[in-house]
Amino acid sequence: MAVVTYREALTQALREELQRDDRVFLMGEEVAQYNGAYKVSKGLLDEFGPMRIVDTPITELGFAGVGVGAAMVGLRPIVEFMTWNFALLALDQVVNAAAKMLYMSGGQYNMPMVFRGPNGSALQLSAQHSQAWESWLAHIPGLKVCTPGTPADAKGLLKAAIRDDNPVVFLEGEMLYNTKGEVPEGEHVVPIGVAELKHEGDHCSIITHGKMVLVAMKVADELAKEGITLDVVDLRTVRPIDVEAIAQSVQKTNRAVVLEEGWEICGMGSQVVDFIQRECFDDLDAPVLRVHQEDVPMPYAKNLERAAKPDAAKTIAAVKKVLYLD
Amino acid sequence: MSTEAKPVPPQAQKRRERGAGSGDGQGANAQQENKAPDFGATTPEERRALLKSMLLQRRFEERCAEAYALGKIGGFCHLYIGQEAISTGTLSMIRPDDYVITAYRDHGQALARGVSPRSIMAELFGRDTGCSGGKGGSMHIFDKETNFLGGHGIVGAHVPVAAGVGFAIKYRRGNQLCVCFFGEAAVNIGAFHEALNLASLWDLPVIFVIENNRYGMGTAISRSTANEDVVVRAQGYRMVGESIDGQDVFAVRDAIGRAAERARKEKRPTLLEMRTYRFMGHSMSDAVSGTYRSKEELEENMKRDPILLLHNRMHEAGELTEGELHKIDDEAKAISQDAWDYADASPEPPLEKLYTDILVDTSS
Repeated sequence: MAVVTYREALTQALREELQRDDRVFLMGEEVAQYNGAYKVSKGLLDEFGPMRIVDTPITELGFAGVGVGAAMVGLRPIVEFMTWNFALLALDQVVNAAAKMLYMSGGQYNMPMVFRGPNGSALQLSAQHSQAWESWLAHIPGLKVCTPGTPADAKGLLKAAIRDDNPVVFLEGEMLYNTKGEVPEGEHVVPIGVAELKHEGDHCSIITHGKMVLVAMKVADELAKEGITLDVVDLRTVRPIDVEAIAQSVQKTNRAVVLEEGWEICGMGSQVVDFIQRECFDDLDAPVLRVHQEDVPMPYAKNLERAAKPDAAKTIAAVKKVLYLD
Repeated sequence: MSTEAKPVPPQAQKRRERGAGSGDGQGANAQQENKAPDFGATTPEERRALLKSMLLQRRFEERCAEAYALGKIGGFCHLYIGQEAISTGTLSMIRPDDYVITAYRDHGQALARGVSPRSIMAELFGRDTGCSGGKGGSMHIFDKETNFLGGHGIVGAHVPVAAGVGFAIKYRRGNQLCVCFFGEAAVNIGAFHEALNLASLWDLPVIFVIENNRYGMGTAISRSTANEDVVVRAQGYRMVGESIDGQDVFAVRDAIGRAAERARKEKRPTLLEMRTYRFMGHSMSDAVSGTYRSKEELEENMKRDPILLLHNRMHEAGELTEGELHKIDDEAKAISQDAWDYADASPEPPLEKLYTDILVDTSS
């Protein structure tokens, strides 16, 4: 299997789906002539032309609305936000229009579209450019929300998202674009809503998604050296959430740590812990702990930024705590 | 109802070319006022159809007010009474394969577009047989059959959606167009500006119709908008803009005809300001007058009731007898009664529909 970057895996998915269906088009800031702010759309303008790879002005609310309108009458837009931080200006279109159109029209107008772009913290971008939005978006009925953590999932989930007849929010890890992994060539579609057990063990489950999958894998390798083995459940999709996969793992290990990039209050972890207490109450040998960003806006200074982010050390500490080893 | 037909005094007749804002000098602000031809290019039959369409909206919404008072309609309910020349004039000039999108004051436009009165009333009553299955209500009338892309509840938010419909038409190299209605208060919201810029930048076939009824809920345009001459905003986006007397159905048709030709032949958008006045409160919970506008102002503007203006002109031309008028009016009342009866007899949505239409089933 070819080893490619997360970025290239996304480009493959876009190219293949643009080739497959001429109703699919990509629009966003710098996607065409500039080849994408993060080069995800590199080469696509040359291949598909300016009607299908559409440069927009800096007008997030406007072009997200254009995507909604185009989807209402049968096109399949892929709306790229340069980052999800800028998508806040367009959230009305995502939440009030795309997510609700099918329901409030009594089933008449579905929204076959994808809103995608980088999400989460990067390096020293400080408060406005470093944050994880999935809990905001996963809150909304009518959306599907994908958070791929590996190149293979990035490709497979993006292909599934583009083919889906519903509005799909696709959160790419800003720090994942250069990461590499094996990616199946051609037809590789990962079903939305299905988690994957990325690492198997017996002592504790780490439930996570997106960029934090890499942190969890690192933790699993580290703790294996101490004889502690972990299940790493990669949710891959945070709406819908694969509750069965979470329950299966926790019923086996009897302990869980929930790891996410976002803030604590109303974070994804709150929901996962709720599922665990409902599905696995009698299986638990310890309270479930959460690891997340500190409850502060992202600071700029390197040391403060490091202290604010969830990382392997914090996760290891949480795992040891639920194992009563600290 | 306060909207029952009353004779129009001659002084109001004289002002008809000046637009709805006869009381405050608003009509004089028009940028490119086009003097409307008396009857446009309509035949007597077409004129009767226009009157019929407008009267249906009026009588239907009078029943809506009644149903709201009886608790049969709930939530927010915004009536269109007083603005019917705009819906009828506009939608009588476009094709069935064109698209229409609007804000939450949407009953009149839906009726003028040909959405079934029964399905609209059933939607308002929250019934399973409503056009949106009882899930949308007054603000969310949708009808795929007539390309009626909804009633939208967030001021200005549907304006870029209309640009998206225009984009799809261009993408497919079609020659349809999209009409987008919104109130004058929406011109101060970012979505309006972003949409106009994109529509002009990309040459999208969209007709943006500002229905300037001079109040954004209870705030007069003079208190909300630095330049009350809202149509000048077209210039900022290199777009043709026209200001029209929105109480004159022929003036509306005339302007829409020009805009439609521009959309189909030149693939260019147009911004139209239709000067009008709403005869009812902002919504059913709002007093008709007394808080933010005076009774005198209301009465002055009601002299330019678009239905009376049309009726009087037809009457003067000797082509509409009192008998014919009553026949059309009785028909409008009967359709409204039938819609009420149908809605009232329709079942509520079954509880299992609470969880349908959230997502399209993609499991197969």
